[in-house]
Formats: sequence, C-alpha cells, structure tokens
Amino acid sequence: MENKNGSIGTVAKKSISSLSSFITTFIIIAVDVLLGYITYQLASMGYIPLTVVFIIIILLISAAFLIPKLSHLRWIAVGLSAWLLFSIFPILFTIYNAFTNYGDGHLISQTQAIEQITNQTYLPETGKAYEWVAYRSDDNDYLLWVKDNEGNTFIARPVESEGDTRIFDVVTGENGIGEIDDEGVPVTIEGYTRLNRILAATDQNLTNIKFGDPEKTIQVRSPSEAAELLPLYEYNPDDNTFTNQQTGKIYYDREGTWTARDGTQLIPGFTSVIGFDNFIEFATSPGLRGPLVTIVTWNFIFASMSLLLTFSLGLLISVIYGDPNFKGKKLLRSFLIIPYTIPSLITILIWRGMLNPNLGIVNRMLESVLGISPDWFNVSTLARIAILTVNTWLGYPYWMLVTSGALQSIPSDIYEAAEVDGATGFQRFWRITLPLLLVSVGPLMIASFIFNFNNFNLIYVFINGGPPIPTATTTAGYTDIIISYVYNLAFASGRGVQYGYASAISVVLFMLIAVMSLIQFRFTNMWEEVGENV
Amino acid sequence: MSDQVIEKKTRTISQQRRLGLILRWVLAVVLIVFSIFPVIWIVSASIDPVNNLATQKLIPDNAGIQNFRELINNPIFPFFTWLWNSIKISVITTVLTLSLTTMAAFAFSRFRFKGRQELLKTILLVQSFPNLLAIVALFSISKQIGDVFAALGLNTHAGLILVYLGGAMGMNIWLMKGYMDTIPRDIDESAHVDGANDWQVFSKLILPLLRPILVVIGILSFIGTYGEFIIARTLLTKRELQTVMVGLQIYTSGQYTQNWGVFSAGALIAALPIMIIYLVLQDQIVGGLTAGAVKG
Repeated sequence: MENKNGSIGTVAKKSISSLSSFITTFIIIAVDVLLGYITYQLASMGYIPLTVVFIIIILLISAAFLIPKLSHLRWIAVGLSAWLLFSIFPILFTIYNAFTNYGDGHLISQTQAIEQITNQTYLPETGKAYEWVAYRSDDNDYLLWVKDNEGNTFIARPVESEGDTRIFDVVTGENGIGEIDDEGVPVTIEGYTRLNRILAATDQNLTNIKFGDPEKTIQVRSPSEAAELLPLYEYNPDDNTFTNQQTGKIYYDREGTWTARDGTQLIPGFTSVIGFDNFIEFATSPGLRGPLVTIVTWNFIFASMSLLLTFSLGLLISVIYGDPNFKGKKLLRSFLIIPYTIPSLITILIWRGMLNPNLGIVNRMLESVLGISPDWFNVSTLARIAILTVNTWLGYPYWMLVTSGALQSIPSDIYEAAEVDGATGFQRFWRITLPLLLVSVGPLMIASFIFNFNNFNLIYVFINGGPPIPTATTTAGYTDIIISYVYNLAFASGRGVQYGYASAISVVLFMLIAVMSLIQFRFTNMWEEVGENV
Repeated sequence: MSDQVIEKKTRTISQQRRLGLILRWVLAVVLIVFSIFPVIWIVSASIDPVNNLATQKLIPDNAGIQNFRELINNPIFPFFTWLWNSIKISVITTVLTLSLTTMAAFAFSRFRFKGRQELLKTILLVQSFPNLLAIVALFSISKQIGDVFAALGLNTHAGLILVYLGGAMGMNIWLMKGYMDTIPRDIDESAHVDGANDWQVFSKLILPLLRPILVVIGILSFIGTYGEFIIARTLLTKRELQTVMVGLQIYTSGQYTQNWGVFSAGALIAALPIMIIYLVLQDQIVGGLTAGAVKG
C-alpha cells in the first residue's frame, strides 16, 4: 500500500519536474531571444565591446540553465551577469577608454560617424533638374510641386516636417489637392496658397528648404529649376577614406578624424585608439601635472587626517564613557550617533549653509564673539580645515561604535595583570589597549582610509573642490581629490569633455586602490577564508 | 590616627571621582551640542517663515509650516515626486540585491565547483573599486543600451536600478557567504539524505536562518541606495525622474541662501526615514558595520 503510494508520488514528481524543466527551457529561450535581439541591435550600431559582453551573458545564462552539469551556475548566473555588465565591464571599458581619444569631437563610433558624414549632401550645379511650383501656408509651411524631364510629377514636403509620407502623387481629392491644370499643377491645395513666379522668386526661405526624403532630397536651385541633392562625401571602405564629390579632395583617417592633406577635417570624428598619448600628456603637460601634484598630495593628507581625527575622537569617547559605572551611557550614545544617521549628502549641504562665510551661523557667531569671520570657501587652508571638520563630524560615530565593541572584547585579565605589575592608566592604554585594538580594527581602518580616499560626495558637494588653483588649465581646486578631479575633467571641464584623458587618470587611481586593497586583504583573513572549507 | 588617614584618602578619592564625573558630563554636553547642533538648526530653519540663510535665528519668530507647504506646491521642484522616486528605487534595488546575493552566496558557500575560489577573489578585489570611478563607462553603457532598448537606458529608473545592482554584488555576496559558512553543513546533508533537493534546502532550511544578516544587508543597501546621488544625477537628467538627493543638491546649487527654509524642510523630511531606521535598529546595524561595511 505504502509502496504503491510512493511510486505514484514518484511518477507525479517526475512529470512535474519534466514539466518544470520544460517551462525553464521555454523561459530561457525567451530570455535568450530578447537578449539576442538587443545584442544584434548593439552590433549593428557598432557597439562592439558591449556586444561581446552581451554574448557572454547569453552563453552564461544558457549554459547555467540548459546544461545539467553546470546547474550550480543557476544560482549565480543572474547576479553574475549584472556584475559583469556593471562592475567588470565598466572597469575594462575605462581601461580601453584610457587609450582612446573618446571626448569632444570623438564621441561616436566609426559606424555612426560614417553614417553622419555620408548623409551630408550638396546641390549640384548641373544634373537632373525639375520644373517647380511652390505653395505656402499661413504658418509659413511650404510644399513643392515638381516635374522631371520625363513628365513625372509629385509633391514634396520639407524633410524636417512631421509624418512619414513626405513625397506624394498629384491626385485630386487626396492630401487636400484640388483641381489640376493642364501642366499637371494643382490649382489649389487646402491650407496652402500657390505662389506666383514673382512671389516665389522673392521668397526668402524657399531656396534654403530641403524637400522630400533623406534619400531623395530636392532643393530649389534657380527660379526655373530645382534639383536633387547628391551625397557630398563618398566613403571608400577599402582604405577608410572619404572623397569630396564637389572638389575631389580626399580625407584620410588620422586618429579618429578624417583629415585632408591641407589639414581640413570632417566633422564628426569618431572614437579611436591613440595608444599611450593620454598617459604621456598626463606626465608631460605642466598645466595638467601642476594641479595633479597638489591634488594627489592633498588626497593622501585628507584621507589620513580624516582617519586619524574620526578614529581618535571615536576612540576617546568610547574609552571615557566605556566605564560600565557611567550612567546615561545609552542616552549619550543615542545622541552621539545622530550625525551618522543622516544621509551624508544632506549633512554636507547643511554644513555648507552653516559655514557660508557671509551668511552662515558659524561666522555670525564667530563675528559676534571673537570679531573674526574666516572665509571658509575661498582661502585654501581654511577650506581644507572646514572639510576636515565636517568629515570628523560625519565619521566619528562610526569609530565610536566600532571601538566600543572592540574594547569590550579585550579580556580583562590582561589589565589585572598589568595593574599588579604597577602599570599606570596611561601606560595601560598605550601598551595594551591600543595595540590590541589596532589588530582587531586594522582592516576596518584601511577600508575607511580607502573610503575617504575616494570620498567624492564630501569634496564635490561641499564647495566642488574649490577654491580654484589659478595655474591649472583644467577645472581643479585646492580641495579637489583625484576622484572629483576626474569627474570634473570628464563632465564639467572648461576644455570640453575629455573622457579618454579622465579614464587614463582613473586607471592610475585603480592601480593605487588595488594596492591598498591587497594590503587590506593581507591584514584580514578574507583571502585565507576563501581557501578554507574547500 | 590611621583611621583618619584612611578616611581622608577615601574622601579625596571620592572627590576625584566626582570631579571626573563632572568633567565627563561637561565633555559629554560639548559633544552632544557638536553632534546635534546642525540638526537643531535645520529643524529651526524649517519652521522659520523668514526662509533666508542670513537672517535665520535659532528660535524663530512666528514659527509655522509655510516652508513645508511651499514644498508641496512648488511645480519647479517636485519634492514629493523625488521622494517617491527615491523610495521606489531603493526598495526595488534592495529586494533584488537581497535575492540575487543570497542565491549566489548559497552557491559559493555550499557547492564546490571549478573556478569558485578565483571568482570569489575577483569579486572581492573588484568591489573595492568605487563604481563612481568608472562613471564615464557606466554612462556610455547606459546610453548604448538605451539606444537599442529604451526601457533600460538613460533616464529610466530600471536602468539606474540595474547599475546599482551590478555594483551591489561584491561586498554583499561576501558578507552573506561568510554568514552562511557559519551554518553547519550537516543540516543540509541530512536534509539531502531525506530526499530534499537544493532548492528545498535553500528555501526551507537556510533562508529562515539568514534573517539577521538579511536585515543588516537590507538596511545598509536601502540606506546606501537612498543616499547615493552622483550616479543618479548622471544617468537621470529629467527633472521629474530624479531622486530626492539629486533634487536637494540641485535645490542648493541655485539661490539657496534665499530658499534656506524650504531646503531645510525638504532635508528634514528626506532624512527622517533613515534616522528612524538607524535609531530603531542600531544594534543590528552596528553588527553589520563591524563586519566590514562602510557607509556610502
């Protein structure tokens, strides 16, 4: 009896599992089709690196769900795909960008640049000609009736006009066309007035308007003639050149810009690999190197001082108030944790208001008590002091929480032994507490150093890295750290956006961070932890 | 005589104690003032009808809720739309982060497969690079995806959430795996013997035990996403799509000294949910912090 039930159960289970595997396969195929479509589109736009990433993601997901041997990958495939796309690929892409001229004038891919340049047209002085008649509406919309040499007629709207049909046949009753005269010209078109020869010849706009589709564009050449526009540049894929059809001039690809022998260039250019140029510029240009030395030095000072100040204040508080006999500990902690509970961006904005040199509450108080009014925003040293103060405010509760936990875990018999040996309180702190503490919170200190090393929010939001360094040729200030400098270089530089150059600095910063992180992992057992449980 | 000496000594010791206690309380008051002054000041500004940085007093005359009313009615700064965007984005990101990282951590903790160690080490190393540093790349990836599939591109919340998700994998997988390793594997082995498959072990056995770490990662992820502003600002350029942090930053980049009261009211409303989460759940959060998370 029981046996029977069991076998029925197994059969049911089996059919359920084959049904569910069928559904899984179906869903995976659907996902693959969607991703495949995106991948195909990306490839046709010329976004090759991203196409490759998408192919990897498709392979990963398909393998995980369709190959039983790799079924453990099901658990990580989706997360891993997101990680590949938005953690790994951006890093690789940044490294690639560092070797390109990606930036103003070179923002698009070669495929797109070719398409844009091929779309440029010119009005030939000879060639296929049309007779024409123009119509104008009260809102200054135009229509053009044309007839070619064989006697075919049609009407064209301007290229810029909305709607899909910009060229249509001359048929009474359609598109508001009224009666048609012997020549085939509509006498009236609803909403438009037919322009007579004189009106048309004197119309200011008419000769500037392009009529028809992008593929078949017609422009008025003279009072008697209209002509079809021709592509101005012809692309030759064999040697990657453009030839100007009007002048015969040839443009060669020079680091992402098609340039003629006389130096004239075609716009737009495209993103092109330029080797180590960004790094060389980084190392040799005095206008760039000058601020960079200031910025890197300050970056290290800022991160070290931030760590020292927040750690010291946090530790001081937990040592002074760690005493179990001290009443009101819980209450005090609740108050002191408050800076930590406010989203840091908001805190920074509040401090910016409070420290405003002319209007802020801090200077109003200093003014009335001490008669001084320090300019926190425009004097470099004061700005740096202000930033460190704000960061101390932001960061000490973290260390207060961490150190008070770590202090409790130091065994008390060590202190008793030290007391027996006659050590003073001071000695006990320096010789026992601090060394033991540093061992247990050391890794967190390195993490905090790295965090502050890249504390973009504070620097950028407080006074955007200011005050400006006068000798710098790029946007750079005395409180800028590398990451805020890079950001401004990429998005807000006075010299236009320079993604390639910004990426080159990012790569250098990546290497710095990698070294610091590896030191952190040495200190912790994280690295070893991986090896365990194998 | 010796009695007197002892008495004197105890008196000095107790006097010293008292002095120490007084000093401690004085210092405590100084620290408290230092910590909460900006908060008090912003609360005062938010109910001060003067709405001007220069003339704001600590105790405002004619306190009222004009500034809050202004927040609701300002069409150029749709504050509550921003707030809603932020909450929506943070909740979705948190839920997805939790599901993806928990499942990935389960695989890393329970299965032994080729490349497992290398993958874990790579994840750990990569997560220490701030994704802000690759902001140009993130921007162009979003743009390129948007060119072919607009629903995930620039100026979409879905696209932003994807970017956040990709950046959230590293540390969280690590924290979660560490916690899972402390759950003895005997538990799942005996379940396997009883005929349970991996999914059942995961969902019925392991998942309920993960509650504490899920809470920590959930809170930290929510707070981190809610407070993030630079990626949001780069990827979302339409005003009505932006998040509250971006909004507040925009608000103060203009004539903020004249609109200080309204900004304060907004800052207060935006900060309040996070402050409450922290104060109520501080013990759990402290646990997560010491495990290696740094506030972002």
